[in-house]
Amino acid sequence: MNTVENPSDFRRQVANIASQYPDSRSAVLPALRLAQEQYGHLTREAFEEVAFALDLTPAYCTGVASFYDMFHLDPVGTQLVEVCTNVSCALVGAQQVLEAFESELGIRAGETSEDGRFTLRTVECAGGCGWGTVVAVNHRYREPVRVEDVPAIVEELRSAD
Amino acid sequence: MPIERFVLKGAEDGALTQIDDYRAVGGFESLAKARAMEPAKIVDELLASNIRGRGGAGFPMGKKASFLAKGTGKPTYLVVNADESEPGTFKDREIMFLVPHRLIEGCLIAAHGIESKNVFIYIRGEYLHEFEILRAALDQVREADLLDGVTIVLHRGAGAYICGEETALLESLEGKRGQPRSKPPFPAVQGLYASPSLINNVETVATVPLIIEMGGAKYAKEGVENSAGTRLFSLSGNVVNGGNYELPLGTPLRELIYDIGGGIPDGRALKAVIPGGSSVPVLTADQVDTALDFDSMAAAKTMLGSGAVIVIDDRCCMVQLGLRVAQFYMHESCGKCTPCREGTRWMVQILEKIEDGRAEYEELDLLLDVCDRILGKCLCPLGDAAAMPVASYVDRFRDDFRRHIDEGGCPFPDSPLDHVLAPVDQHAHDVHVLA
Repeated sequence: MNTVENPSDFRRQVANIASQYPDSRSAVLPALRLAQEQYGHLTREAFEEVAFALDLTPAYCTGVASFYDMFHLDPVGTQLVEVCTNVSCALVGAQQVLEAFESELGIRAGETSEDGRFTLRTVECAGGCGWGTVVAVNHRYREPVRVEDVPAIVEELRSAD
Repeated sequence: MPIERFVLKGAEDGALTQIDDYRAVGGFESLAKARAMEPAKIVDELLASNIRGRGGAGFPMGKKASFLAKGTGKPTYLVVNADESEPGTFKDREIMFLVPHRLIEGCLIAAHGIESKNVFIYIRGEYLHEFEILRAALDQVREADLLDGVTIVLHRGAGAYICGEETALLESLEGKRGQPRSKPPFPAVQGLYASPSLINNVETVATVPLIIEMGGAKYAKEGVENSAGTRLFSLSGNVVNGGNYELPLGTPLRELIYDIGGGIPDGRALKAVIPGGSSVPVLTADQVDTALDFDSMAAAKTMLGSGAVIVIDDRCCMVQLGLRVAQFYMHESCGKCTPCREGTRWMVQILEKIEDGRAEYEELDLLLDVCDRILGKCLCPLGDAAAMPVASYVDRFRDDFRRHIDEGGCPFPDSPLDHVLAPVDQHAHDVHVLA
């Protein structure tokens, strides 16, 4: 995924989003999200495309994107596994859940597997505190996840595609 | 024990995600009633209800609405803050997936009250499921012809705690980095697109239909003085039954933790309670009879905050807790104000040193001094949110800190927070350099 499949289609979608707002600049976050879905992560070309669609500069769009955790400026795996390690989840064993994912996936937190399929990272409070540990796979929450649940989750993700 | 349901009324047996199900429990009747009322009368009802914001700051909604600048020639905006991210808090999420139409009904009533035709719901980016539910509910409301010329835009955030701060939220909604603005001007005068804007939390807005239904004066009689109504308390941590529980304000903390929450698992003892999200000062075990309302929490030198109650058992090391909390705020500092940007980093470094047993006594004072140099010296409350809780851990659990220094290391071998990996320590955390 190195280009948007159809640039004019991308620009049309961004224009549609922008029409919801009094100022088209409000569409930066949704447009970046759309570009990230198409490019995999936010490449230089992705920023140029978003900037063109909204009449901004690539530097401006990069500056905005770098503020937000959900935008990826580097490649990420097709399966993004995020483990919440904030206080409530940590109190009920998030660190052990994280270590179970590290061992099952064979990568450390913050890393992407060599085949590009998995990225594992810790995140700050995901908002499922009473049902911890919260694990999100491509932003779909699984809660609560216990250490003993991890092998089956990884098995399921490996057999998906 | 009967749990009174106001905001979650009707969802006792499951989610009300279909408009017909919501209507079957009286949904949208308040909207019809409200639309037959003069807008100013809606604001009067909100004022009479004494409802205070459920996001954390507790500012009365009616007062906020009455501050909106009039006759500016600009549109007035209603902005719903669904960027729930205060650690420990997961109640707005439950409102959105259990009773999404109630939030929309609240938006439409509030919009009528402030004569706004434009509503924006800023929902945190991670809440994908809740976004989809809300989007489907909004489609149903549109098809049912209930919008009456009002547009409601669902705007997804992209991962930034600070965007829950109202002016940072506005910046983000305008397509910028989410850095708070200096106030004044307040959003009621110059908010979204420099126009008068009312910003309220999901739970607050979702309570509006009920206030219209029962009348503000009657609503004000629920709960206790200065804390009208119910709140959805998020219960988490070392407790048997974690979850969200809607209770009248003034309910004793003990009742929530033990009677409703089932107490501490595995027969362990209570050590501490964070009563309102990770940014508030901690309570000790002997303060567990404090009532869950604004004034009682203030008297106990803490805050009700977002209503997020985090239960901590006796295995926990309070130095590790302070470190993890400080790491969070360091990670989420927007970088605009020096005391917060640099101070949170200092806090983390000193706490790491204490935890590792490398600190001297004077570094405890240094830690408190850093906290003091953050408190009240930043544009937004994020700096305070880091300094207040950590200072309270030192103040109320000084022995935990002293023992690290005296014993040259952590004396809590079973603490669940031992070496927990925070995102700020994750080297490959991917957003810092352009590939």
